[in-house]
Amino acid sequence: MIRTHDISKVFNAGRPNEFTALNAVSLDISLRDVTILKGPSGSGKTTLLGILGCMARPTTGRIFLAEREITSLPERFLTDIRLKTFGFIFQQFNLIKGITALDNVMVPAFPTGEKHASLKRRALESLEMFNMGHKADSKTEWLSGGEAQRVAIARALINRPTIIIADEPTAHLDTRLSHEFMEIMATLKADGKTIIMASHDPIVYDSDLGDRIIEMRDGQVVDAGSRA
Amino acid sequence: MARSIERQRHILDFTLASILRRKGKNGALLAVYTLIIFILSSVLFFTHALRQEAQAVLQGTPEIIVQRSLTGRYQTIPLDYAETIRGIRGVISVEPRLWGYHYDGNTLANYTIVVPGEDAPPDGSIDIGSGISRVREANERDTMGFSGFDGKPRGFTVRKVISAESQLISADLIVMSEHDYRAFSGIPDNQATDLVLKVRNPREFTTIAEKIVRLLPDTRPIVRNEILRTYNALFSWRSGLIIVIFSAAALAFVIFAWDKASGLSAEERREIGILKAVGWETSDILFMKFWEGLAISLTAFLLGVSLAYMHVFFSSSFLFAPVLKGWSTLYPDFRLVPIISFGQLTATFLLTVVPYVVTTILPSWRAATIDPDAVMR
Amino acid sequence: MPRASTAYLAATLSLVLLLAGLVFHSCHEREASRDLLSRLSGMVSWLNLTDLCLFTEASYTRHPSMTDLNTPFQDSPFSFEHFPTGALVAPPPHLVRTNGQID
Repeated sequence: MIRTHDISKVFNAGRPNEFTALNAVSLDISLRDVTILKGPSGSGKTTLLGILGCMARPTTGRIFLAEREITSLPERFLTDIRLKTFGFIFQQFNLIKGITALDNVMVPAFPTGEKHASLKRRALESLEMFNMGHKADSKTEWLSGGEAQRVAIARALINRPTIIIADEPTAHLDTRLSHEFMEIMATLKADGKTIIMASHDPIVYDSDLGDRIIEMRDGQVVDAGSRA
Repeated sequence: MARSIERQRHILDFTLASILRRKGKNGALLAVYTLIIFILSSVLFFTHALRQEAQAVLQGTPEIIVQRSLTGRYQTIPLDYAETIRGIRGVISVEPRLWGYHYDGNTLANYTIVVPGEDAPPDGSIDIGSGISRVREANERDTMGFSGFDGKPRGFTVRKVISAESQLISADLIVMSEHDYRAFSGIPDNQATDLVLKVRNPREFTTIAEKIVRLLPDTRPIVRNEILRTYNALFSWRSGLIIVIFSAAALAFVIFAWDKASGLSAEERREIGILKAVGWETSDILFMKFWEGLAISLTAFLLGVSLAYMHVFFSSSFLFAPVLKGWSTLYPDFRLVPIISFGQLTATFLLTVVPYVVTTILPSWRAATIDPDAVMR
Repeated sequence: MPRASTAYLAATLSLVLLLAGLVFHSCHEREASRDLLSRLSGMVSWLNLTDLCLFTEASYTRHPSMTDLNTPFQDSPFSFEHFPTGALVAPPPHLVRTNGQID
């Protein structure tokens, strides 16, 4: 269970361009579920994902991960939790240019000090799981949109996380690739992973994969949804 | 422990891949930095070796030399000054020293003629330095002609060509007998170029020098350790050329540092953001920058210093030859006894590697500490 | 294809070994040159030499320890240095001491 209690996030506090991205958001997100955050851009979905995934801290409020409060953990511990628990799939994929797909998949595990040979093997397996094994040595710039998407997913899984967070994953994909993405998510769910996605794409939130749809607008939850 | 090492190696792999991504720019950086360190180290090796060699070799130099000045320039010294000096307590012996220059119009070279106190060549014979042998193409048993003070040519037979191994002290020497030199140079019989003293107690040098000046105010005594100190001060940092070289090196370094310190490009910042987003800590990012700085500067240092050593000690500083020759037509081969000063090596390391690594890490500090969620936007 | 870090560490180690080898070389050469240096020292004593033969351009570059202050200015009191190696050879310390600072 991931619990947030009255989370608020304010950017540029005290300055003329002060902006409240999240306002008193309280949520309980069940593990092993697929939770979808639905809402227009500017509704605070991305900010909420960042806080849930230990990438950012809330300005006020508290957040609990499996009964353990992580609100004010020092950066090192937060990074450690993030590394081990969460896998991120970004809207822009955010692959590192100039290196191969395989290297991209291995990068998140570098700080763990895992032995090179075994890391390389696991990364290759991860790519093969998404039919990208043959492209392991291709530089990022040579990958198509769908291929980059799959490398991004493989990368998100390299540290064996239990929770996958995806921000507008289908924003740069056509219909066919979007459906393909949802199928991959279904596989991951079957593996027992928790998935939290933010999207305003009907292919995502209208699919029957979502266990719970949370609707957001202007930094607040307007419909906490219920388990479908 | 093994994990930490593996972690560093992973970071190093990534850093090297980044460096190789911009092969041209980083290759040029490495080349130029190596060149700077090469020049700097060459100068340091050369001057240090020369100074050490001078100290070792000039140990046998006269204890005190007394010159005489007239019109502010040094002139020949009357031999009866020697009588006066012999009377000073602590002076064991006073001997006249005869030496001088000879300009050879044919070869445009300056020679130094010296007369030894004993074992001089017989009248009519000379020993010549290896440099003279080279420019005049003269060997043993050849006859060489020189024009004396009166314009009249005189012939001498070469008894011996002084071995090239001593060229750093003898390349331009002509050794001849006193009789021949007095005839050749026109120095009157009651005068000498200067006087050479032997003193009982080395600690008395200064006292005796002071006494000499008091007794003979137009003389200038030069003491052995002053001669030795001349060579320590040679190539001191105040010599014009050294200043130019070191300033150029400093300027080049500032240019490098400027490029780094002016901050990261948007591309680099984005990359750091991604790394943080996928799980790298601030310390991982900083290590990455550390390796980036070290990879270039350490390689440049090792390469530059090694090449400098080989340049100075295996190839006699051939790149400096034009500077060292100046206008001379007679010059020695600067074959020096190799010596490495660890103090200089350490100083070079601290001045080249450390600042470079620091200027690579510092500008990234800010970017390294950003909140990873900034990359989500 | 070897790992990048392996290649780099190997290359760096080779360079370190090269430098170490050169350090060894210099120590060895110093030992080996003792005889040579004592022969040179002997020659210096025999001929009462006072300077190394480095720059034969001018008298004050050839015998910096023996020179007087005025020789570089022989053309005129304000004349500039016109021998290139004069830029390398600083006035000996004892001249500075007896004749005041020259800057």
